[in-house]
Amino acid sequence: MATTAVKEKSIPPVLASEPMHPRPFKVLKNQPETHDTFTLELEPAEGPREFRFAPGQFNMLYVYGFGEVPISISGNPAEPGILVHTVRGVGSVTRALERLKRGELVGVRGPFGTSWPVKEAQGNDLVIVAGGIGLAPLRPAMVQALAERDKYGKIVLLYGARTPDDLLFVRELEQWRSRLDLEILVTVDRALGAWRGNVGVVTTLFPRASYDPFHALALVCGPEVMMRFVILELQKRGTPPERIYLSMERNMKCGIGLCGHCQIGPTFVCKEGPVYRFNRVKDLFGKREL
Amino acid sequence: MSEADQKGRTPAVFEAEGLQTLVETLARKGYQVIGPMVRDKAIIYAELESDRDLPAGWTDVQDGGTYRLEKRQDEALFGYVVGPHSWKQFLHPPKARLCQAKRKGDCFEPRGEDREIPKQAFLGVRACELAAIAVQDRVLLQGVYTDPVYQARREKVALVAVNCTRAGGTCFCASMGTGPRVTSGYDLALTEVLEDGKHYFVTQAGTELGEEILNEIPHREAGEKEKQTAEGLVAKASGEMGRTLEAEGVHDLLMANLEHKRWDEAARRCLTCGNCTLVCPTCFCTTVEDSTDLTGEQAERWRRWDSCFTLDFSYIHGGSVRPSGRARYRQWMTHKLATWHDQFGTSGCVGCGRCITWCPVGIDITEEARAIRETGVSQAAPSGKEISRANP
Amino acid sequence: MQTLEPILAEHPFFKNLDPKILQVITGCATNVVFKAGEFIFREEGDAQEFYLIRKGQVALEIYAPGRGPITLQTLHDGNILGWSWLVPPYQWHFDARAVEETRAIALNGRCLRTKCEECHELGYELMKRFAFVVTQRIEALTLQLLDIYGDHRS
Repeated sequence: MATTAVKEKSIPPVLASEPMHPRPFKVLKNQPETHDTFTLELEPAEGPREFRFAPGQFNMLYVYGFGEVPISISGNPAEPGILVHTVRGVGSVTRALERLKRGELVGVRGPFGTSWPVKEAQGNDLVIVAGGIGLAPLRPAMVQALAERDKYGKIVLLYGARTPDDLLFVRELEQWRSRLDLEILVTVDRALGAWRGNVGVVTTLFPRASYDPFHALALVCGPEVMMRFVILELQKRGTPPERIYLSMERNMKCGIGLCGHCQIGPTFVCKEGPVYRFNRVKDLFGKREL
Repeated sequence: MSEADQKGRTPAVFEAEGLQTLVETLARKGYQVIGPMVRDKAIIYAELESDRDLPAGWTDVQDGGTYRLEKRQDEALFGYVVGPHSWKQFLHPPKARLCQAKRKGDCFEPRGEDREIPKQAFLGVRACELAAIAVQDRVLLQGVYTDPVYQARREKVALVAVNCTRAGGTCFCASMGTGPRVTSGYDLALTEVLEDGKHYFVTQAGTELGEEILNEIPHREAGEKEKQTAEGLVAKASGEMGRTLEAEGVHDLLMANLEHKRWDEAARRCLTCGNCTLVCPTCFCTTVEDSTDLTGEQAERWRRWDSCFTLDFSYIHGGSVRPSGRARYRQWMTHKLATWHDQFGTSGCVGCGRCITWCPVGIDITEEARAIRETGVSQAAPSGKEISRANP
Repeated sequence: MQTLEPILAEHPFFKNLDPKILQVITGCATNVVFKAGEFIFREEGDAQEFYLIRKGQVALEIYAPGRGPITLQTLHDGNILGWSWLVPPYQWHFDARAVEETRAIALNGRCLRTKCEECHELGYELMKRFAFVVTQRIEALTLQLLDIYGDHRS
C-alpha cells in the first residue's frame, strides 16, 4: 500500500536522502578560546564544497567512537566554505571534539532548526544579548547584520560571562568595540582586582545601552535563567514579546523531529526551534519540569 | 461494512475453512504472515504458519494491571481483543541499524545501510490498531523529514483487519472514535460470526490487493441477514466498552490543569517503569546509540525504542529537565491526549486500553482524565495559573 | 554660591521627591570627586556617608588573602553607593574604589539620621527609595551567585 509523504518545507537534497548519516568533515583548525571552550573550523571531506546555513541553526556533530551532540554554528553565513563551531567541553563527546587535531574527521548532520530573523530588524535597532556560550550562536547574526550595516539602526551587544577569562571571541569583540557604529557592553559575574570592566549580571548593562526599545528587535541567548531575567528587563523597558527572540535548548538525539526527546509541551525544539519568538514560548517558560 | 464502498466492492462471505486459504494465499504472494497466537499465557503477534496457530477458542479478561486468558464456549478464532503486542514492533522496530562507519587511519569512512525489508501481512488488525497505524503514518511519514525505516516497511505491508465482536475490559475505542468498527486503511476486513452451528466470515475488500486475495478464497455475496448479524455483533461490542473517556475538550482541559494535585496522586503510584510506552501502539520515541566493536575498527549507529519515563530522556548538561516521576507521568499523558493534537492534528490515543492493562499498578488513563475533569479548572486563567477564590 | 539642590534634584535617586524635603536633605550634602584608583571607603571603616554617583565607575571589592581583591560589582552613573550608614553598627563591609575619576554627592549619615528622626516624612521617603535600591541590588547579586554560566555537573 503506497503512502505519500507530505513535505512541509523543502530541505537540501544532501540532507533529504539520509538525514541520520553523518557527513565527514575535515578539521582545519582547533583553536582554544578559554579553559573549557574551543572553536573548530571544518570543511567537507567529500561532496559539495559549501555548507550553507542560517544564523541560529545547529548541526549534530559526531566523533567516531564517541557519539553525537547538537552544537550551534558560530561562523559567518556569507562564508559557506568553512564550517565553524564553538564548543564547550562538558561531556565525553564534547571533550572528544576538543581533542581533535587538524586533518581528523568529524561527522556532520545538518543544518537543522530555525534561525534568527535578523532581517526583521532592518530599519530599526538591533539588540543582541548573550550570556556565556550563548554568544556563539549569536555571532553569525551579528556578522550578518554588520555585512549590511546601513540597513539597521543602532546595533547593541550586551554580553555577560562568568569571569574575564571566560570571555569568547575577545579579539573580535575588541574589533567591534573599535567601530563607531556599534555599541558593545561587556560584564562578568566576578573578577579579580585586575579587571577594569563591569562586574555584575548582564541585566545591569541595560541602563547604559541606548536603543529604541519600542521598535527594536532583540535576540537573546544564554542559560535559561539568564534569558528569563533578560527578557523581563527587555519588556520592562518597552520591548513587546513579538519583538524578542530567544534560543531554547533541550536534549536532542535525531535533530529531525522523529525521536521525541526535545519536546517542551507541544513544540519540538529541533524543528520549531531552537530560535523562537518569545510570545510563542512565553507560557512554556514559567512551567517547571515541562 | 453493510454497503458497497466507493469502488463498488460489496461484502462477501466465506466459511471458516477459508481462513486457511487466506493464509496460504498471502504466503504464496510472498508475504510473511504475522498474526495472533497464544504464547506465555498471552495472545501476542508472531509469524503464522497456518490458521491452526490462531488462538481458537480463547478470550482475554483484562482490567487495570490484570490480563489473563480464558477458554471460550466456542471455537472463535478472533474472540479476544488486543494483547501486549502491537503492530508497531514490525513497522517501527525496537532496534534498527541506521548506518555504519569503518576506521581508516585517523579518519572514518561512513557506509549506508542495505535494508533487507521483509514483506509482511498482518492478520487480525483491530480498528484501534488501524487507527494507531494511521497515527504513526502521520508522525513518521508526514513531517519535514520522513523515517525511511518505517516507510520501507509500511509500503510493503498488507493489512487484514478484523472487526471486534466483543469489547475488552479496558477498551475505550468508542470514546476515541477509532472503533470497534473498521472503516478504512485495510486491504481486507473480516467479521467473524458463529451462530446456530455455523462459522463464517463476512468480509469486505478495501483495495485491489484485498480483492485479489478474496478472489482466491471460495466465497459468495453476503446475504442481508448475514450482513445484519455481523453489524449487530460490532454494535454490541460498541455498547459494552470496558472504559470511557470524554475526548471532547480534553486538550484544553489538561493544558489548563498542569499543576492539578491529581498528578501528585498518580506520581505516588507510578513506578516510571515505562510499560505503557512499550505497549502503546502510537508511542514513537527512539534514541540513537553510537557504538564501536571491541577492536575499534567498526562503528555502528543504532536506533532503539526509548521512553519519556526515563530520567535520561530529557537530560541536558546539569541534569534532567523532568527529574520527578510526577513530571514524567504528566509528560506522557499530556502528550498522548493533548499536545499530540498541537503537533499532529489528531489525538495520540486510540483507546486500545493496553496502558491500563499492562500498568503494574493499574493506573488508568481514563480515570485520570475523569478525575481532572471533575475537579480541575475548565480553562486556563489569563496568567495561566489557577485563581483561588478562597481568599479574595 | 550655587547650592547643591538642583544637582540633587536631577539625580535619579531623588526623582519626584517633594522639593521641601529635598531642601532639608541638601543641608547634609557635599560635592566630592575621587581620583582613578582612589578608595572611597574601606572595609570596617566608619560608614559616615552614602554617595550618589553622578559620573564615573566604582568597584565594590573584597580582599581575599592569596587571591587579592575580588570585584563583586561595579556601579555607574546614577547608582547609589553604600547603605551601611542606615543600620548600626554603621560600618562598611566592603571596599569601594573609584575605577576612573568619579564625581559624586556625599550625604552625611549622622546628619540624615538626625533629620529623619525629626521629620518622619523624610525618613519614609528615604526608606522607600533605599528599599527599592536594595531589592534591585539583591536580585542582581542573587543572579551572580547562581553562577549561571558555570559548569553544572551533578
